[in-house]
Amino acid sequence: MITINDIMETNRMITENKLDVRTITMGISLRDCAHPNIDQFCRNIYDKITKSAEFLVKTGEDIENEYGIPIIHKRVSVTPIAIAAEACKTDTYVPVAEALDKAAHEVGINFIGGFSALVEKGYTNGDRILIKSIPQALATTDIVCSSVNLGSTKAGINMDCVREMGEIIKRTAELTRDNEAIGCAKLVVFSNAPGDNPFMAGAFHGVSEAEKVVSVGVSGPGVVKHALEGLKSADFTEVAETIKRTAFKITRVGQLVAKEASKRLGVPFGIIDLSLAPTPAVGDSVAHIIEEMGIESCGAPGTTAALALLNDAVKKGGLMASSHVGGLSGAFIPVSEDAGMINAVERGSLSLEKLEAMTCVCSVGLDMIAVEGNVSASTISAIIADEAAIGMINNKTTAVRIIPVPGKKVGDSVNFGGLLGRCPIVPVRNKYNSTAFIARGGRIPAPIRSLTN
Amino acid sequence: MKLVVTIVGKDRVGIIAMVSNILAENNVNILNINQNIMEGFFNMVMIVEMTDSKIKLQELQNILKEKGNEISLDIKVQHQDIFNVMHDV
Repeated sequence: MITINDIMETNRMITENKLDVRTITMGISLRDCAHPNIDQFCRNIYDKITKSAEFLVKTGEDIENEYGIPIIHKRVSVTPIAIAAEACKTDTYVPVAEALDKAAHEVGINFIGGFSALVEKGYTNGDRILIKSIPQALATTDIVCSSVNLGSTKAGINMDCVREMGEIIKRTAELTRDNEAIGCAKLVVFSNAPGDNPFMAGAFHGVSEAEKVVSVGVSGPGVVKHALEGLKSADFTEVAETIKRTAFKITRVGQLVAKEASKRLGVPFGIIDLSLAPTPAVGDSVAHIIEEMGIESCGAPGTTAALALLNDAVKKGGLMASSHVGGLSGAFIPVSEDAGMINAVERGSLSLEKLEAMTCVCSVGLDMIAVEGNVSASTISAIIADEAAIGMINNKTTAVRIIPVPGKKVGDSVNFGGLLGRCPIVPVRNKYNSTAFIARGGRIPAPIRSLTN
Repeated sequence: MKLVVTIVGKDRVGIIAMVSNILAENNVNILNINQNIMEGFFNMVMIVEMTDSKIKLQELQNILKEKGNEISLDIKVQHQDIFNVMHDV
């Protein structure tokens, strides 16, 4: 029997501590849409997406109202377009991105993900066309998200693609320069990308997924921070226990929402992604949890340990609350989307290098980091290579979503709006170049830990 | 379907009467009421059953929200399951 205190606690989490379900994401396979004629292919995917997701937004809003829990985004992820569109006789997939954008607007969702290629071991012709289409595709669409997986523990790192993605990111920034290089905020480069991630910009409907699935990404950094506020002098055992209990409660709500959405939409339940996803709103910050643990400003020594504890406790607590866990599942540290991270960069306590260290112990990677527009393509590639190596060796997902904003210098800041937030330009302190390293190309062989059989 | 109705706002005469009337008019049965006044603020949590009701949950939410707004009360109506999943294993 629930008590009045339970009811008050839940409602306080929602109203004061910003508890929400970050996203309901419907994954849709587009494998049956293939057609040699790109116009026909675009019609096929438009029809399939608009038919499959017709009631997604309405269902999300109904659940939101009935249970009184905000569901911030409704999204769709699709089969990587490099695979789905590969049969098209064409040299550009920009029209496909436009068809995705149109379908997404038609059903009223916030983002559509899957303008993607999986090239960790090598390129197919479709992969090449897709990657070359990314800058134009992101410049001419609003809510299409793109991702490229270029490394994995099993396959190693495709260094040709690492080199190419540095250039693609620069080009995307250039084509969207009038809009704070926003194209780059919708483009993420992965190592070990999961095929069931509901979060953007990296969501795509993996090739081993069912025809359609509904997955849910939870959130709730504010709730965790609030729980820790009462534990000023507690030791780490108690801190970890408190985070676990809180994560359990948050995830149970996510599971409820996922089950309801699955039932009402008649689409199987996929996974819950146990991630602490911050928003730029005050009181919804992962950095503030770290600071609540006793770090004066996020990025100071001790930050990596604090984040490791947080990330691990969230998983342990959330795991028991959901029947299927997947996706990225870990604390996110996107700079522009987290008020505490933004403050820490402005104070000078959080650097790109420290963020790299932090990505070793949490999901996902160097995320939503704006840098000066004159950072070279090869430096961006080298940053990607470092992150991909961390993912490959540690058997985890890592990612880079970096935004080289044309014309901006350290001291400036950029505003992406909405959930994407605002970012002070983060300095790339090391001015030495890695051009010769990136120019080598080829593949970094799969690590010894790939040989598990 | 069991619902939780939470009412928060400045205390005044007739809050319980008003809410109970709306519930009765719509054939929603009250199972439990917990109410107190904290520093002049009215706090009430009701558990109600609306299985036999003539109206839909969202309509009830709208009626109560509107009536609440008229006298500066925040009235929320939520499906009980969100509390059950969070606090009952």
